[in-house]
Order: sequence, then structure tokens, then C-alpha cells
Amino acid sequence: MKTTAIILMAALALGGCGNRLGGAGAGAGVGGYDPYGAGAGAGGYVPGGPGDPTSVAYFQQSIGDRVLFAVDQSTLSPEAQTVLAGQAQWLNSNPGYTALIEGHADEQGTREYNLALGGRRANAARDYLIGQGVAAGRLRTISYGKERPLQICSTEACYSQNRRAVTVLAAGAGV
Amino acid sequence: MTLRLTTFLRALAAFLALTGPALAQESSGPLRIEITDGVIEPLPFAVPAFVARNDAGAELAQEITRVIAADLANTGLFREIPQEAHVARIGSFDAPIQFSDWKAINAQALITGSVLVEDGGRIVVQFRLYDVFSEAPLGDGLQFAGTAEGWRRMAHKVADAAYSRITGEDPYFDSRVTFVSELGPKDARQKRIGVMDYDGANVTYLTSSDAIVLAPRFSPDGSRIIYTGYESGFPRVTVIDVATLQKTTVGGVDQNMSFAPRFSPDGGRVVYSAEVSGNTDLYVLDLASGQTSRLTDAPSIETAPSFSPDGRRIVFESDRSGAPQLYIMPAGGGEGQRISFGEGRYGTPVWSPKGDYIAFTKQNAGRFHIGVMRTDGTEERLLTGAFLDEGPTWAPNGRVVMFTRETSGATGAPALYSVDITGRNLQRAATPAAASDPSWGPLLR
Repeated sequence: MKTTAIILMAALALGGCGNRLGGAGAGAGVGGYDPYGAGAGAGGYVPGGPGDPTSVAYFQQSIGDRVLFAVDQSTLSPEAQTVLAGQAQWLNSNPGYTALIEGHADEQGTREYNLALGGRRANAARDYLIGQGVAAGRLRTISYGKERPLQICSTEACYSQNRRAVTVLAAGAGV
Repeated sequence: MTLRLTTFLRALAAFLALTGPALAQESSGPLRIEITDGVIEPLPFAVPAFVARNDAGAELAQEITRVIAADLANTGLFREIPQEAHVARIGSFDAPIQFSDWKAINAQALITGSVLVEDGGRIVVQFRLYDVFSEAPLGDGLQFAGTAEGWRRMAHKVADAAYSRITGEDPYFDSRVTFVSELGPKDARQKRIGVMDYDGANVTYLTSSDAIVLAPRFSPDGSRIIYTGYESGFPRVTVIDVATLQKTTVGGVDQNMSFAPRFSPDGGRVVYSAEVSGNTDLYVLDLASGQTSRLTDAPSIETAPSFSPDGRRIVFESDRSGAPQLYIMPAGGGEGQRISFGEGRYGTPVWSPKGDYIAFTKQNAGRFHIGVMRTDGTEERLLTGAFLDEGPTWAPNGRVVMFTRETSGATGAPALYSVDITGRNLQRAATPAAASDPSWGPLLR
């Protein structure tokens, strides 16, 4: 139940704001997808669409491309571990992709500390994926600190969505 | 009239005591500082329009006069008596001063001057400062000469001289500030590095907004700016030459992310943070040799380093105790000594150019503050409090701090503010757009 809720929230968040930073995701040649058709079993099968389990859209919407963190923390919650296990499984079955893991923080902190905190979060996700068998050479990390919030209100409702690590896919075999 | 002067002198003495003589730091133990005055009664001054020595200088004389008056009045230590209230005009720079005319409007300081625009376009500015009640000049007359484009600098030089003679402090008006200019919505901010006069005039931009740029800091001589830039796609410490705009990435090539750089006081070294496998530590780079040394090696976050003015120590932020606090260590690395012990989280420490204080950001009970403390952590004083204040930078004279204040919510945006280290005179700096991450450069020569 909780997992469903997280995936749904992630899909809504994507629908609301697009993937401004991503870029890399679009570079995989998947092109646009319909974020509102993301529900399980919605719509027919379209290659590369959200119903195609090998698609980036499927990775983003059905598995979930992001995990959330508690205030000041970089430890992975059980929910986050479930999402990352799904990501690892997908990456292991789709070796033609690399991933850039973006670490983010909410605005309640200084710019520099938040950059470091974003680095911790991205690496916590990366370490988990490596632990699940994903080759380290396919995974890079980057921190945006508080520079790229997903939600722009100044309450916990938004902050909780901004404290995140997002796995952005790109076509390629890695190093 | 005597009473007024006494009041001002007492207020001035209180101001100077609060800001403290630099030589009283550290060795003599904690200097007792108590804020007892609510408000300092500002010193009333008159600056009649500078005399244009030829027609070509008429407009410029007016403008220079306005800039001088604004510099002084904006400190909160001085109050301008508007020209409409003057009962006398200064028709000639060299004519004797009728002090009774200026006593009549209760001016305590009088600034007179003249402006000449020479045929080649060169500008010559002369000025004198008078103590009206003692009917005597305060210091010698001064003359500045320069190009037409530099007229604001000459006005700042005049105001600097007046400020210094009256307060006994070093000047700071003739200086520049680098900052990040921000445009666009909060989730897709476009940022570029700007440079402006300390008062917001003469803004120029050094970078495009193609890549995120953060926290630019001037080199000690003002010729270079070091910042964190995402030009390569990843955060990297980058130096930009202010004159040529040439960029060089420095340090951290084998590190995942390098950020939070600052120059050493001699400009030869850079101290910065780098993240490797999620762990952020401090490093120092010798610019001449290209050699990097690691200063800290701990699983905690070590960031926001800042050199002491003698280059021998570094103050930084670390969460090794569980939450971010301030520490000081030798510039070559070694055991850090914690100096912040108050409630809340401390970050972004910056050593005052005078060496007497460390300015910082404090986060406590859902609010942010800019504060100062002695280098041993005593005499902590919060200067501001708001939804989000962060990233202090010192004026060249170590008596004023500028910082970023960001408003909350979806339409929240940052602006630059300054405040005296007494906590008085909070002022918003005039920038053309939203702005953050100020770094105050040196006093210009």
C-alpha cells in the first residue's frame, strides 16, 4: 500500500513538473510519455511507452526513479530500499543504460552543507544499487544541493518531496 | 549645541567600543562587549552641492554630491541635512566658511568640494571636511583625479575619507561586491555571476546563465573570482579572471564534486571541499605548483572553509558532532577545535579581515540568523533573524556584513542585505534582479 502511494506520488510529481533537470532521460530516445496514463494496466502496450517494461517511462513510473529522505538524513528507509531494489533489477535486465543519480536537499540549510548532503544521499542510493549487483561503472552521482527543488512551497509537504535522490537513465554501457 | 556634540561623541564611543579595536583580540582574552544603546543618534552633516569649476562639470558635481551623501547616510551613523534646509550656499571652494550658517541648521560635519572636467575628459574632484562646532577643518583637503567613467569611485573616495576621519575606522565605500544574479522560477533558477559597486551601481555579468554557478568569492586583490560552477555538468571549483573572463577549473579532477572554495589571504592557495563516495572533506590547493593536500579525513561533512587573515588557521563547518558546528584548525590541517556551542546549527563561517570576529549562519528553531562571535567562540551575537538568512561576507573594514536573505514560498526570491556588526542598520542592497551569495572585494586603490 505504502509503495503504491510512493509510486503514485512520484508519477504525479513528474506529471506536474516534467523532468527539467533530467535531460539525460530524454536522451535515451524514449521521447514523451503520457504521465497521466501511468496507472497499472492503463492503456495498451506501446513499445517504449510506460507499458513496455524495458522503457525509461516504465522505470520512472512503475518502478519509481526517486527515493525520499528524512530531514538531514541520508539513510535509506525500507520504502526507499524497495524502490532501489526495483531499480537495480531493471538496470541488471537492461544493460544498455547508465544512470546518473542526483542528490537533492530541501531549502532548510546553507548552500554548501546542502551540496554535501545531496552528495551523501546520491551515494547512499548508488551504494545500494551496487550492493544489488549493478556495475559501479554504470553509476555516477551528482549533487544539486538545494538548487533544484521539485516542489516550490516552503512547507514540509514540499520539503519532503525535495529531499530526494533521483536516478536518471541514459543510453550507454558505462565504463 | 555642546550637548549635541557630547551626545554624538558618546554614541560614537559606544559604536567604537562595540566594534572593538582590532589589537584587543585573542591575546588579551575576551573583550567585554555589551550592547547598551538602543539607537545611536546619527551625526547630522551637510554636503552642499559641490562647486562646478566649469560648465562641463555642472551635472557631474550634483551627482557626485548625491553619491557622497548616500554613502554616509546609508551607514546609519550619519544623517544628511537636506540641501533645501541649508541657509547658505558654497559659491567658491576656496572661500572662507561662514560656520554660523551651518551651526544655524545644526550641522556638525560639513563637506565641501569642487568638480572640474578638463578638456581631455579627465575629472578633478577636491574636497574638505569641517568640524562645524570647533570651526576647523578635520584633516587636510584632498584631490582626486580620474576618468569620467570613474566618477562614482571618486565620490566614494571622498565619502571614505569623511567616514574614516570621523569614525576612526578603515574605509569601505570604494569597493566592489561579486554575487549571483538570479532569474526565473524557484525550480529552474537561472544564475550568473555579477559584479557591482558596493552600493549596487555599475553591475556587470561575468558568466552566462547556461550553467548553475554558486558562491563566487573575490581573490584578495580583486583580480580573480573563484566559484562553484556546473559548466562541465558537475560541480567544480572554477577561477574566472575578472578582466579577461578566462575560466580555469582548479583542483578536484579525481573528485566527484569540488565546491565551497576560498582564496588564502596571499591569493596563492585555495581551500575547498571535495566529495568522494559521498564523503565531503577539506583540501588545499597551491595554485603555483598545482599540488593538492588533504586537510581533513573524517566520515563527517567538512565544508565552508575560510582562512584567518594571517593565513595560518582555517575556520570551517563540520557535522562530526552530529549537527553542523564551527571548528578552527591549523592551515596545514590537524585537530579541529570546536568554537560554536550555542543552540542550533552553525555554518558558513567567515573570518573578519581584521581578525577579530567570525561571521556565520545559524539555524535554530525554524529560523536563520547571521551572527558574529570572537574567534574563541565567545561573545556570540546574532545580528539578524528571518526565514532564510545565510552566507555572510565582510566589508573590507570588518565593520559591516553583507548576506543573502531569501523569502519563503513558491514566489520566494533572494536579495542582498547588509548589517553593521552591532546589529544595527539593516539595509537591502540595490540589485537589478534577485541576488544571492555576495562576496565583498577589497578596498580599491
